[in-house]
Amino acid sequence: MAIEVTPGMFSSQQVKPSMKAGLVMAAFTLLTLITFGFGGNPAIVTFQLTEKGHALSVADFAVSSSGFALLVGGLMGVITLVATALTILKRVVPMWLSLIFGLLWVSALLGWLAAGNVVPVSFILSNAVVLAVPIILGALGGVISERVGVVNIAIEGQLLTGAFVASVIGSVTDNLWLGVLAAAIASAILSMALASLAIKYLVDQIIIGVLINLLVIGVTNFLYSQWLANDGQNVNYPGTFDVLAIPYLSEIPIIGPALFANRVTVYLCFILVPLVWFMLFRTKLGLRARAVGEHPLAADTVGINVARTRFWWVTAGGAIAGIGGAALSIGNVGAFGREMSGGLGFIALAVVILGRWQPFYVSAAALLFGFAIIMRVWANQVSPGIPTDFITMVPYVVTLIAVTGFAGKVRPPAASGEPYTKG
Amino acid sequence: MKLELRGITKRFGSLVANDSINLTVQPGEIVSLLGENGAGKSTLMNVLYGLYQADAGEILVDDKATHFKGPGDAMAAGIGMVHQHFMLIPVFTVAENVALGHEPTKFAGQIDLSEARTRVKEISDKFGFNVDPDALVRDLPVGVQQRVEIIKALSRNAKTLVLDEPTAVLTPQETDELMSIMKQLASSGTSIIFITHKLREVKEVADRIVVIRLGKVVGEAKPTATASELASMMVGREVDLTVERSKKAPGEVVLSVSNISVRDDRGQLAVDALSLDVRAGEVLAIAGVQGNGQTELAEAIVGLRKLEKGSGEIKFKGANIEHKSVRHRLDDFLSYVPEDRKKDGLISEFTLEENLMLNQSYDDDRGAEFVNRGLINAKVLEAETEKAIKAFDVRTQGSKSLAGQLSGGNQQKLVLAREMSRPHDVLLVSQPTRGVDVGSIEFIHDQIMQERDDQQTAVILISTELDEVLALADRIAVMYRGRIVGIVSADATRETLGKMMAGIAA
Repeated sequence: MAIEVTPGMFSSQQVKPSMKAGLVMAAFTLLTLITFGFGGNPAIVTFQLTEKGHALSVADFAVSSSGFALLVGGLMGVITLVATALTILKRVVPMWLSLIFGLLWVSALLGWLAAGNVVPVSFILSNAVVLAVPIILGALGGVISERVGVVNIAIEGQLLTGAFVASVIGSVTDNLWLGVLAAAIASAILSMALASLAIKYLVDQIIIGVLINLLVIGVTNFLYSQWLANDGQNVNYPGTFDVLAIPYLSEIPIIGPALFANRVTVYLCFILVPLVWFMLFRTKLGLRARAVGEHPLAADTVGINVARTRFWWVTAGGAIAGIGGAALSIGNVGAFGREMSGGLGFIALAVVILGRWQPFYVSAAALLFGFAIIMRVWANQVSPGIPTDFITMVPYVVTLIAVTGFAGKVRPPAASGEPYTKG
Repeated sequence: MKLELRGITKRFGSLVANDSINLTVQPGEIVSLLGENGAGKSTLMNVLYGLYQADAGEILVDDKATHFKGPGDAMAAGIGMVHQHFMLIPVFTVAENVALGHEPTKFAGQIDLSEARTRVKEISDKFGFNVDPDALVRDLPVGVQQRVEIIKALSRNAKTLVLDEPTAVLTPQETDELMSIMKQLASSGTSIIFITHKLREVKEVADRIVVIRLGKVVGEAKPTATASELASMMVGREVDLTVERSKKAPGEVVLSVSNISVRDDRGQLAVDALSLDVRAGEVLAIAGVQGNGQTELAEAIVGLRKLEKGSGEIKFKGANIEHKSVRHRLDDFLSYVPEDRKKDGLISEFTLEENLMLNQSYDDDRGAEFVNRGLINAKVLEAETEKAIKAFDVRTQGSKSLAGQLSGGNQQKLVLAREMSRPHDVLLVSQPTRGVDVGSIEFIHDQIMQERDDQQTAVILISTELDEVLALADRIAVMYRGRIVGIVSADATRETLGKMMAGIAA
């Protein structure tokens, strides 16, 4: 053979090393040391690791706010040095290192905000999980759809549809399970509209998505003010699923209550994430789905029906996003509220990309946003002196840190958004 | 398996791509389908493969009439196809690509990857393909990717294999290997339909040659027929395949590239510390397999791509042109014919006139006075366009018709007309005859030689076609992985060039 088989046309070591991870980390380390540490408040802050009345309790962790910041800042400095060294050695800074760095910074921030006060760690975590569930399920729908090559920006509409239908059907039938089922079906039907317009009639996928979002907001607003608001007792009072604590597991300190004392919608999410991953990456159907999203013509030439594959996967994605909507109304609040998805669908859209079209990464990214949302709520209460706008920035700051951990460009499915037509 | 196509007709609107074509392939036979680009070869094969539905005619497998609704039916009937543009998914492994569509499964619909690997291994070992089932396709050289395509077809028990322009992307060595693979497959009973427009390959491997022109079968030939006989059948008139070249001493160095490095779109080094000089009145050819940095080199010279910081410089007549914008490079000395005329050379939705003035739209340009105080001078533009159409033999309905309506060869002639009619010292042409009919190739080659002889232009010819390089060049630089492997004179042999194209210095 005349040509050696070499991976990559040109060797990958020639990729330009980027200093951005080190620089961003250095900036945050300095911020932590100076603002939270030297300029911080020496008052005692208490990290409450278990909630009161918990069987397996761990002692609270009390420390001086500014001293804690200096300690954490030091650790962050070490990670910064390691990351810089890796970059100089032309190695990739691993994702988990960036994640640890992000967690450290967030804990320093918590300690600084709650100087002289208590940080209810367990409370924050469990709320973060609950808030993340609709984002995860919405993003999962987005992942499925984009993996087969259909861009789905109608996640917001799908969540809202799910929330509305779950609440109404749950109230009318007095059966929350029927509510979840109805939410999935309603959102799947909406996705069928998206899928057939995009696949059969080749309408621009972005336009369809925007229209579906606007349509759903309009319709649910109308029905809410004309119907639900007047007859709330009968049609918009479903209540929520009971909190179901899993024996033993829910007793694990810190993460136990956050993960294993939840409503059934959260557990459904825990099942769906690995299930979707398994379907996409381990099964025949998943291989075909990804082939269609990467190179539809190639899939066609081996006898895979591109249109049908796209249609059913997009529909399935819609059903999952619908369950995400149900998690919002009957899985958390207990009723439908006007535009209650409030932009979570768009966050899910960002999460799809941040999570690199991978169910597990997507879940991690969604958790980050869930955490950021609860931070904002809690920080306002303990530390009214700090401007809300600053706290609101936290999710995006955290995202920024996470993104610096990614080496190289993220690559979407190659045929995402591209209609497929035959000659 | 015996395959027979009877009276296949396929129309696209008013265009008849296939006009009642008959073709028979016996078991173990290699039939070459020879024809120019656009003659209807690929359409015919897509009909055979079920991707298109014929408007008339029938397909017989072992004398039984069959109907293919899609590629699935064709594959089930034992027809395998290796497309010109590979139908492989770059981010999948070899095993996944081969398995796709007929996946072996185990519990809960899981893919049985070990079974898929075994399938690849079996075929790979049987024919000595040397393919790793776990390699990602995007990491494989094109020659190996092509073998994956062949494995894909064979794993579905293909009895008839269609190879659509399989050598367009290969080095001469890889082409030779493919030829021997084809012979090996044929001797084991597989029939092969080999689609190409390269005469040399046809003569080497085919048992029988079917020539097709403008959608019709115009005749059959034996592999013993001469190249010019075959070319005449393909084009429909006498063709002169040789290029007149005068011996002459080149002039001074006009453009000198020294030690430049350039990155491609993915940020990887595509041109790696490369140097070359080109003199007035010579043709310097840059040969090499596609994707070895030729595109990036051309773009760096034009100014479309930045040089790597501190890497080197490009000089025109001794002056560094680093700070010069694309517009000024073009206006000062450079004419550029990009490799992809549809994408980079023309705007399809513009008229011929508008395309002709694309890079001469300023008041102070050195070329024709198309623009005066910011206004287009319609009279001059029309007159100049008519002149260019005549001089370059662009077959068109008029200077106001759209560039997108021209055939490939005529589009290329239009781009050449624009670039050659401007004042310039350096002509940079990339793939000037890719997808161009034989008649136009003759004309384009003559034009390039006129530039060299009459205008004393320094010509840089980037081409992956060895025949073209050997016919036109005074010196041949072979590019491999972003570097010049060596520069040889025009009397180098194919074998030498072939080795250099695989990275082995002469």
